Amino acid sequence: MLLCNNVRKTFDTNVVLDDVSLTLPKHSVNVVIGASGSGKSTLLRCINLLERVDDGQIFLDGADITAIGVAPDDVRRRIGTVFQQFNLFPHMSVIGNITLAPIKVHRVPPEQARTEAMALLERFGLADKADAYPDRLSGGQQQRVAILRAIATKPLLLLLDEVTSALDPLLVGEVLSLVEDLRKDGVSMVIATHEMGFARHVADTLMFLYRGRVIEAGDPQQMLDDPNTPELRHYLTRMRAAGRL
Amino acid sequence: MTSLANRDSDGGMSAYQPSLLRKEREAAAKRASVKATLTAVISTIVVLGVLAFIIRNSPGWPRVQESFLDGPYFLESLPRVAQGLWLNLRVMIIAAICIAILGSLVAVARTTTSPVLAPVRLIATVYTDIFRGLPLIIVMLGLGLGIPALRISWLPSSVIFFGGMALVLTYSAYVAEVLRAGIEAVNPTQRMAARALGLSQWQTLRFVVAPQALRKVTPALLNDLVSLQKDSGLISILGAIDAVRAAGIMTAKAFNFTPYVVAGLLFMMLTIPMTRVTDAIARRIDKRSDIGIPI
Ligand SMILES: Nc1ncnc2c1ncn2[C@@H]1O[C@H](COP(=O)(O)OP(=O)(O)OP(=O)(O)O)[C@@H](O)[C@H]1O
Ligand SMILES: [Mg+2]
Repeated sequence: MLLCNNVRKTFDTNVVLDDVSLTLPKHSVNVVIGASGSGKSTLLRCINLLERVDDGQIFLDGADITAIGVAPDDVRRRIGTVFQQFNLFPHMSVIGNITLAPIKVHRVPPEQARTEAMALLERFGLADKADAYPDRLSGGQQQRVAILRAIATKPLLLLLDEVTSALDPLLVGEVLSLVEDLRKDGVSMVIATHEMGFARHVADTLMFLYRGRVIEAGDPQQMLDDPNTPELRHYLTRMRAAGRL
Repeated sequence: MTSLANRDSDGGMSAYQPSLLRKEREAAAKRASVKATLTAVISTIVVLGVLAFIIRNSPGWPRVQESFLDGPYFLESLPRVAQGLWLNLRVMIIAAICIAILGSLVAVARTTTSPVLAPVRLIATVYTDIFRGLPLIIVMLGLGLGIPALRISWLPSSVIFFGGMALVLTYSAYVAEVLRAGIEAVNPTQRMAARALGLSQWQTLRFVVAPQALRKVTPALLNDLVSLQKDSGLISILGAIDAVRAAGIMTAKAFNFTPYVVAGLLFMMLTIPMTRVTDAIARRIDKRSDIGIPI
């Protein structure tokens, strides 16, 4: 489904991703953890081609999307992304936000797009907000809408970048339970997060980034309960101290 | 999709009784607002009264009244001047449409990043630099007197055409800058979010960036529109018989300046309502833009 082979990315002299490899089978969830600045967001941005990788390759559904001549728009069409900050379009209602890409990019007839969006909103308890503008929603509602917007185009792959980090702790739960539901639906995801409990719960595979390198990767339970490297051990200790475990 | 709040205000659901405290507060607020209005009215009357008194008792007043506010001549010149104003209006409307198009093109050209478009960017930059720097009157004279002197046969020879062109060229440069500022004021994450959804560069501009940019700069644009309406009077210097020119002709006929007062009043009758409308629009946009997320 998704395959990253020795991806490298530098900003000037700052090596942000150093030989990062990742294999994500269909319908599985990979969670990326790591301290602030370790390169999580950059990895996700490389996958949807918002950043150009310096070296290495990324394959999506068997095709090399880092090859010369690949149109980024075509790739992004098949990947849904939700960013750290809410990125809803403030001049459009909730339903407008959700149906924009299906209508304009995927050429779904507007009526059908609307019906499908309403079905999504209903399923996740947001139907009464369909015509509201983003500024009238709570943070948790905004972020859930952002996630629904990303899946409205039925992407092959969903990238979630710390979708709860800008939220009040009480709102985190509602967003995470939405992600869990998507996981049960079999949506393939790469998730960057600081919520260790959530990582444990939702991850099929876990990946620990430390200064742009994959220091440990594999089974989430094992990694979180019995870290092999001092870096991960240290990171987990700090997360525990911060109440994030 | 009835919300709780709706049902509440329809009556029935709740048994809320406003407290005495609230009634007192509201009564006090009402008293204060009545008092404020009264004060404003009285002070306005006093100030205007004093001004009128000073003017009417000045030694030159009879003379001024005769040559600027001649009642019969006012009525006589009104139709002519109004006819001229009709020309101003048409020039203004057509110019405004052209300015909207040219201004947007230049603004978009200036905000592109593609290397292929480097020459377009350069031209757009030079254009705005030149036409923002030149006084409108010079552009007008240059175009209106200069180009006809070239005697290019296929160009229209009407002074109205050149006057309009001067307005379009000058105002488009201003409008382009306003639009560009608006485009750049839209948070870059909005662009990123749109691109991540697979929207093309053009679609991102069209559906995400431009609507937000326009919202931000509408008040400034409306201000330019009012000012354009006024400046359409400058085509008179090229000899077009607009309101100002018509007033000039009438003035010369009778050596009485009343027609200019007529022209001034007519312009104001157009611009003042327009200013009110633009204010109202700007306020409405303001209301919608108190957005809880950074834009
Ligand atoms: N556009 C950029 N230009 C230069 N440096 C950048 C850019 N984007 C990211 N970086 C740098 O890359 C490094 C990794 O950043 P990244 O955003 O990927 O971290 P992160 O793991 O997502 O952190 P956080 O948990 O705080 O979101 C940081 O040192 C950052 O300063
Ligand atoms: Mg990040």
